[in-house]
Amino acid sequence: MPQPRAGVGRRMVEVQDRTRESFQRLASAELPALYWLARRLVRDGAEDLVQEALLRAYRSYGTLRREAAAGPWLKSILVNVFRDQLRRQARSPEELPVDRVEDFSLYQTLVEQDPLPYSDTLHHDYLRAFAKEDVREVLLRLPELYRAPLVLRYMDGFATKEIARLLDAPLGTVLARLHRGRKRFEQELWAYAQETGLLLRRTVQ
Amino acid sequence: MTESHGVIPCSEAVRQLWDYLDQAVSPEDQAKVEQHLSFCRRCCGELEFATQLRGLLASQSAEELPPHVKARLERFLADL
Repeated sequence: MPQPRAGVGRRMVEVQDRTRESFQRLASAELPALYWLARRLVRDGAEDLVQEALLRAYRSYGTLRREAAAGPWLKSILVNVFRDQLRRQARSPEELPVDRVEDFSLYQTLVEQDPLPYSDTLHHDYLRAFAKEDVREVLLRLPELYRAPLVLRYMDGFATKEIARLLDAPLGTVLARLHRGRKRFEQELWAYAQETGLLLRRTVQ
Repeated sequence: MTESHGVIPCSEAVRQLWDYLDQAVSPEDQAKVEQHLSFCRRCCGELEFATQLRGLLASQSAEELPPHVKARLERFLADL
């Protein structure tokens, strides 16, 4: 008969060891997704955000039910850390006046301004001019209030209900911010290209 | 749908396009958007552009980590 005390202790250690190693294995596979999500959410400090999320995730590893859910689980923890950081910064909300964003249509602006007069596929070619770093810069121009739902919905594929839970906001608020975020994103795609000479650079290349 | 009862203006159709693409509109609103698209070339263009914009966002998926970032994060994980 094994000593109950030693037996329990050994099992505990085995579970601990397996838990730590399996966490490291699961988390390691998700590092690129976590890092790029963090880079889209914050201008600086993406690595810190990932590390804080990893710490928090490791402490609550027991709440992960299935290994296959590790990716969304880790991302949701990272978003929680991001949300808490925003709260600590205690910035005043950057809600935009509705009419300023509602009226803008990038599609229509491109038709009217025709920034690529030799293009037969103007809208397609305009978007193609944006490299990944350009898209990131455009996103970072948006207030976090609008950027976070947009990133989570259209880049990381979270459902709107899940985004509401992660950001601790009512669903209606998230939907409204998604709508304004999309409009603001269109506005900034236009402004960024104008201000940086993006189209000229791409045409010359 | 009959008569002009369900007809919506361009502004309303455009406002709903992304939700329409998300399949996040009610069946009634879906029918209204589709009816509008059936006769409005501009809004069909807006719809195609919205699809391209979504594609632009979705294509920013995770890539490999820069080596120095990978090394630091792996080290951090190992030290947990």
